[in-house]
Formats: sequence, structure tokens, C-alpha cells
Amino acid sequence: MSRMRVSIERAECEGIPDALAVERTLAGDRDAYRVLVDRYSLYIYRLAYRMTGNSHDAEEVVQEAFLRGYQKLSQFAGNSNFGTWVYRIAANYSIDRIRQRNVEEARQASPTRRSEDGAEVETMALVPDPSASPERLAGSAELAAKMQQALAELTPAERTAIVMRHWEGCAIEEIAAVLNSNSNATKNTVFRAVSKLRKALEPFMQLRGTARAMGTES
Amino acid sequence: MTHMTEEQLVAYRDGESRERELFGAHLRECAECRREMDRLDAFFAALDAVPIPDPGEDFAQRVWQQISPHLAEKRSPWWQSFFEPRRLLAFGAMAALVILAFFIGRSTKGPGPVRNVADSGKVRERVLVVAVGDHLGRSEMILMELANAEPEKGQKLMNISSEQKRAEDLLEENRMYRQTALRDGDKLMASTLDELERVLLDIANSPDEVTPAQFEAIQKRIAAKGILLKVRVVNQELHQKRENTVAPPQSDSAATERNKI
Repeated sequence: MSRMRVSIERAECEGIPDALAVERTLAGDRDAYRVLVDRYSLYIYRLAYRMTGNSHDAEEVVQEAFLRGYQKLSQFAGNSNFGTWVYRIAANYSIDRIRQRNVEEARQASPTRRSEDGAEVETMALVPDPSASPERLAGSAELAAKMQQALAELTPAERTAIVMRHWEGCAIEEIAAVLNSNSNATKNTVFRAVSKLRKALEPFMQLRGTARAMGTES
Repeated sequence: MTHMTEEQLVAYRDGESRERELFGAHLRECAECRREMDRLDAFFAALDAVPIPDPGEDFAQRVWQQISPHLAEKRSPWWQSFFEPRRLLAFGAMAALVILAFFIGRSTKGPGPVRNVADSGKVRERVLVVAVGDHLGRSEMILMELANAEPEKGQKLMNISSEQKRAEDLLEENRMYRQTALRDGDKLMASTLDELERVLLDIANSPDEVTPAQFEAIQKRIAAKGILLKVRVVNQELHQKRENTVAPPQSDSAATERNKI
């Protein structure tokens, strides 16, 4: 009976605007906050995954962003969209998470890194294998993996800048606000990120072009 | 002109270049820079190919299960809510409306008998209905322009700075009307304005110049939310409301005479 009541209340909540959900949460209705979690979890996950490069950290970022959002909700001025607000919190926490992970990795004596599924792989495995055939490297999965590695090599600020600018289509001012920087410096950070990624991927891009020319790319 | 640097190419592609015309002309003439631009396009296409694993349909539910035990009850002292920025903003907007209604009431008051206090409420509503109708009309115009625009053949960048600026101008008043609608318990209006705000924010935050692909993404976002239709429906309702409530005060006999025409 009570489960039915809860589901009716949730259904009523689902269509409410963000601002009303925030008001209700502040008035003590925790289920109203669930509406916001339901609405923005995937959106935040996409950002977090691009920033951290793995699902485990991305999920942690999403949880932490919503927890911090709840704790700071009374500071949410309502003059911005809730999604944009919690997005910023997630972007900032992702930066912290990347820094924290870098420190943890630097402490480890063995030169290893974490792969996507959380397993550790030798850093040397990330160096392009010159004997790799164009066919193998041309596969988009392979290129995507190399791209992910190259992204991991960027500084947290560069990574934030390229993720927010390229994938999320954020304005320079928005990125500058997250990075606590000004527009010009942020533009430079975006450019540095692009330049570093291009350098890192140049050999693979060339091989891909060769494979395409040979007609061996799928 | 010497060849464009990588930084200039990236800025040009991003719509951030200050010397667009100069670089545009150079790109048309210089095959080497065009090749470099093609390589840059290929790089960004590869960047798009990085997949994001699907976290599963129950992802939001899992997030909620993880965080809900850590969410403390939110019960702030009743007086604290009066000092929250969004309340102060709403009070400010309300005060502005009351002052506006007061002056409109003064200027429209005829020589007839003094009307009762309920009239000031009607005047306020009238002001609000007209103002929100105007706001929705202007928003609809921007959405229409963007929804119907198409890139010309071969066009690499589309300039949407005019729509972007207008969306930015509308954002602030949209927030004010949304908060007023919320306070008045007008859920349909509040919900429509909330969705409109996201779309306006999206447009306002776009670069001045966008590629046809970026422009198409904006159009898809507008279409996906069905916001244009919602804005039209709400505006139509407001229009009817305005016709019902804005009719100039007349004596019953005058109204009867008008209805006869």
C-alpha cells in the first residue's frame, strides 16, 4: 500500500519543473531530489566518463556531484538551471578525482596504469607498437583506445577544457568559470589540449589514412 | 600571407577567430592550409568516435540507492528561506510588478467612481499576461528562425550571433516569469518556462558561428523537446486570457452595445 503511495507521489513528481523540485527538497521532501537525480544522472555520467576515462570513477563522480548538490542546495540561487549547476559541481569534482588518481599512481613503484575495466596494464603497452599493421590500428576501437590514453595524459585543466568545449559544446566563459580562469587563458588551454592530442595520435591517424587508402579499413 | 598556424586553424574552426574573413579568404586560396584543415576535421571526427559505455537503464536508480542513505533531512529555520537569493530575486520581481501595476492603474484610472481594491490585482494580472505573452512571442520568433534555417550548400559556418544575443537577453526575464509562475502555482506555465529556459541557455551558450553539424544538433534539441509547440499553446492560452481580462472597463450597457456589433 505504502509502495503504491510512494509510486503515485513519484509519478506526480516526475513532470515537475526543476525549480519546484528544488523548492520541495528544501522544504524537506527528499523524493523531490530523486526527480533531479533521475533527470540528470546520465547527462552528468557522460561528462564524468569523458573526464575520468573509466566507468568506475565516472559513477563515483555522479554520486558525489549529487551528494554535494544536495548539501549545497540552499546556495543554489535559482537564477541558473539546476542541470548546469550540478554539471559544474561534477566537472570540479572530476578534476579533483583526476588529480587524486595521478597522485596515487605516482606513489606506486611499478610503472602501471589502470585500464578501462579497472585492471592494471603495463605503461609500456601504451606506447604505439611500430610493428602493428595498419589494418589493426585502423580499427576505430583501437583508435578510440589510443585516444582515451592520450586524453589521460592531459593535465586536468586541459582535459576539462577539451571535454567541455568539444563534446559538451560549452561556451569558453562557462569553461573558464569551472577552471577559475579567464577567457583568453581558457582558449589557450583548449588549444594546448587539441595540439597535444593531435601529436599523440598523429601516427595512428596516418596509419588510418593509409589503411583507408588501401581499402582495408572496415 | 604565410600559412595559417595550427592555433589559427583551430580558432577558425571553432568560430573563435577574430580575423575570420582574412583566414576564410586564405583557406579558399591555399591548398596546403585546406589540407591541414581537413586533417584537423579528421582528428575531431576521431575524437567523436570515442565511445561511452552505457551505464544501464537502472543507472539513475543505482545512483539514488547509493546516495539516499547519506542525504540528511533538510529542514532549515522558516525565516532563513526569506534570505535565500532566489527568494530575494522573486521579491524584487514582485516589487517591480507591483510598482508597475500601481503606475498603470494610476494612468488608466478614469473619472468614474473609485474602483475597489480587487482592481489592483486585476491590473497586476493584466500587466503580467501582456508581459509574459510578449516574452513568449519573442522566444517563439527565435525558435522559429532557428528551426527553419538551413545552411547553404557548401557553407562551413553559420552565424547565429543575433539569435544568440536575443536568447541571452530573454534569459533573465524568463527566470523572473518562471519564478512568478511557480509562486502563483501555475504549473503548466512554470514547466513551459523551465523548458524554454534550457533551450534559451543552450542557444545563448553556443558559439557565434557554428558548423552545420552543430546547428543541426541545436535544431534537434529544439525539436526533441517540442518546446516550440508548447510555447505556442501557452501563448495562445494567454492570448485568450488577455481577451477575457483585458477588455476595457465599460458599463454593462456599453458592453451590451459592443456585443451587438
